Amino acid sequence: MGQVDAPQAPNLEKFSLMTTKLGDAIGWARKFSIFQYPFVTACCGMEYMATACAHYDVDRFGAGFPRFSPRQSDVLFVVGTISHKMAPVLKRIYDQMCEPKWVVAFGVCTCTGGFYDNYATVMGIDTIIPVDVYIPGCPPRPENVLDGLMKLQEKIQNQKQEV
Amino acid sequence: MSDTPVYIKREDALSFFKSKKNEGFDVLMDLFVIDYLHWEEKAERFEIVYNLYSTAKRERLFFKVSVPENDALLDSVTSVWPAANWFEREAWDMFGVSFKGHPDLRRILMYDGFEGHALRKDYPYNKRQPLIGPIN
Repeated sequence: MGQVDAPQAPNLEKFSLMTTKLGDAIGWARKFSIFQYPFVTACCGMEYMATACAHYDVDRFGAGFPRFSPRQSDVLFVVGTISHKMAPVLKRIYDQMCEPKWVVAFGVCTCTGGFYDNYATVMGIDTIIPVDVYIPGCPPRPENVLDGLMKLQEKIQNQKQEV
Repeated sequence: MSDTPVYIKREDALSFFKSKKNEGFDVLMDLFVIDYLHWEEKAERFEIVYNLYSTAKRERLFFKVSVPENDALLDSVTSVWPAANWFEREAWDMFGVSFKGHPDLRRILMYDGFEGHALRKDYPYNKRQPLIGPIN
């Protein structure tokens, strides 16, 4: 009684409007429009295909459109063992991508070298290029991949949006 | 069918394989090297194994040629079976066995600038020679 109600935000819903911050809106748009570049070198590729196709359907997460040009893609999926001979190629692909860009290490070989410890294998692609999300597994289950993809979306949403 | 290996002297190898081809062994299925480092019973370090197949007779033969470490050189069989080209390049790349008369004997799996031969038993198994990035 006698209290003054706090000023109410205008009810925008009836006008089909909502308010947000610019960064949040850009993050929301970016996380659901991932153009991926699948850099598939080994057996993890089969699991990548299983995840990408209709059964698990990465298109639900806005990532259903692989671009086979690094210049048109946002996320580099490194799927499979990277050898020292291949390493300069991977670096070059990464350098060709436009900002903002993200990298997903798919499978243990890309994360750490996996069970390889020999003359040929790079011991984790993070020795060459920065990595945002690591998806372990040999190969990872599609559920695991989707979990990694959602973590990447979370990261994209929450980071500072450079425009 | 026989899997028994027969040893051929390396001086006689090329003419021997030519005669085998004339006998109908038209396919060189495989050519690879075994490194017998530290094997007491082997007089010479490397053995090159030839796996021949006759499509007409459906027979398979294995032949071996031994070469010593300090003179790992033998005649190329690319003139007999063109398929030997890449097999011999791999043998050179991985074991450092060279082939006289090969048209293009360069590395096939490893890159230029790689030092040593990766599948030799005395190559440290985890010695890495990265083109970019740290040695780890």
